[in-house]
Amino acid sequence: MAWLDTVVQGVLLGGLYALFATGLSLIFGVMRLVNLAHGDFSILAAFLAVVTARALELNPLLALVLVVPVMAVVGYALQRLVLNRLLGRGILPAVLVTFGFSVIIQNGLLQTFSADSQRLNPGGIETASLALGGGLAVGWFSLLTFALAVVLLAALQLLIGHSAIGRAFRAASDDGETAELMGIDNHRLYGLAMALSLAIVAIAGIVLGIRTTFTFASGPDRLLFAFEAVIIGGLGSLWGTLVGGVILGVAQTVGAKLSPGLGVLTGHLVFLAVLLLRPSGLFSKSRRVD
Amino acid sequence: MTAATSTVERTTRASRVGAVFGALLLAGLLALPLTREAGLMRMVVELIALLVLAQMWNLLAGYAGLVSIGQQAYLGLGGYALIVLADDLGVNPFLAVPLAGVAAVAFALPTAALVFRFHGGYFAVGTWAVAEVYRLLIANMSVLGRGTGRTLKAVFPLARETREVVTYFLALAVGLAAIAVVYLYLRSRRGVGLMAVRDSEPASESLGVDVFRTKLLVYLIAAFGTGMTGALIYLNLLRISPDAAFSINWTAYTIFIVVIGGLGTLEGPIVGTVVFFLLREVLADYGAWYMILLGVLAVVTMMRYPQGLWGLCAERWDVHVFPVGRRVRVSEPDEAASR
Repeated sequence: MAWLDTVVQGVLLGGLYALFATGLSLIFGVMRLVNLAHGDFSILAAFLAVVTARALELNPLLALVLVVPVMAVVGYALQRLVLNRLLGRGILPAVLVTFGFSVIIQNGLLQTFSADSQRLNPGGIETASLALGGGLAVGWFSLLTFALAVVLLAALQLLIGHSAIGRAFRAASDDGETAELMGIDNHRLYGLAMALSLAIVAIAGIVLGIRTTFTFASGPDRLLFAFEAVIIGGLGSLWGTLVGGVILGVAQTVGAKLSPGLGVLTGHLVFLAVLLLRPSGLFSKSRRVD
Repeated sequence: MTAATSTVERTTRASRVGAVFGALLLAGLLALPLTREAGLMRMVVELIALLVLAQMWNLLAGYAGLVSIGQQAYLGLGGYALIVLADDLGVNPFLAVPLAGVAAVAFALPTAALVFRFHGGYFAVGTWAVAEVYRLLIANMSVLGRGTGRTLKAVFPLARETREVVTYFLALAVGLAAIAVVYLYLRSRRGVGLMAVRDSEPASESLGVDVFRTKLLVYLIAAFGTGMTGALIYLNLLRISPDAAFSINWTAYTIFIVVIGGLGTLEGPIVGTVVFFLLREVLADYGAWYMILLGVLAVVTMMRYPQGLWGLCAERWDVHVFPVGRRVRVSEPDEAASR
């Protein structure tokens, strides 16, 4: 029963990883950009939630309503003012600039909030649990997180599959230049994609901050977990990303159960195994990983 | 016959002046141990270590287009290889430095098989993930001291001065060799192929360049140089731990040095290392602001002056201390005769 409990915890943790991964995979899908500061932006959002919750005496879950739009604006500005200016110069400048942002955000947070670990306290829900019978219990908040991930992925699937902007995203993904000829403003479109990406990862960051403590340096690990979920699931598949997140989550909780220091490592090793055996991921739409 | 004659120039005036200047600098560095300034010597070792890291990363990213964020893997593996070779296997600690480079290559081969499945941005994250795997593996091995790490004991019987002077000369040799290898490689036929791959993979492939082998060779050279540097750094520091040796900061410093100095030039990493050291001395008391400033400088450089500090100078005054290209001079026959 203890093992079943571990697996269930892992599955639910996978929902959170899917939240981290979705924004990363969206940006890559639309403009072939990998935002190396992705994880750091989520931690920045968590710190912003700490500040707003404290200043306005709000529940951190309500702070979400303020922080998420702010992060969307940050994403839009980042894309329009910085990353769009690097278009057409190959992949290298954009990758290095986002790496620069990663270092700037981490050290900015360190300078502002010190190296102390932080936590968001939503007042009880994070510890409440639901008994499933047979000695098995799951946390309400983990369950909510997983449900949130499923709802967000479904909404995103709808947006991409059935709306004008989704059509534009897909067109830009297939062939940006031709999309531009058809009257799509790529610069604006990329700005919207980055806004959406940072909004989703802001939600992920705040959820993380309620589940566990975090510091200025928590970002890079989130980027790696998001990346691994995307690659395990297969590029270009939203539901694949959820499965990828779940596999990674289960690998980590099972590994941690074997020995407390092995959780993250087991996750990485499962990722490498998938990469070795199925380089294009489990549910990839494209044949090639690039 | 009035056909113009042409000659191919492979040196420049700057490269000849640079050679003289370099020889003088080298003479100065060789004489430095006479001052018996241990602190100064340690600083030069550190400077050379960063310079080699920068040259290796520049070869990867600036010439082969392989943006690795995981070079700290080879730095850490090189450092740990030094400890294992010298302390556990009884190899002379100074001889262990080049062997640490070989050990890094031994790990780089299987790593390449995995990370070469990624391209562009995902290659960057993939190399980072693999570096984390190496860090966590070592942090879980009790023979290697787990998270606390280990101390290099093999040098204890040596007199402190002997260790410092030999480490210093070893660092000089490694630094010189790194610059020489990159310079000669880029000037060679393979180097031309490498730059063709960077500019266009399909075009170079169609002209007969083996893209995969070219990139793999560069990746292995970079692993060798970085592994050797890792051993050198820990021969200097004596105390190693997984968090320090596999820290992403090594790669962050390296990237900032190369980007600010000038990506894709041999002079850039040298200029960048000097700027990095000067800034560090000036901003020593400002903590995290130092990294913030470096990050901002790198972002602005990448956006406005992607050629970096050295690139700006080279454009303005047409100086190339390390000419890797070939320049065709066409001279009229009478002009040639009058020479």
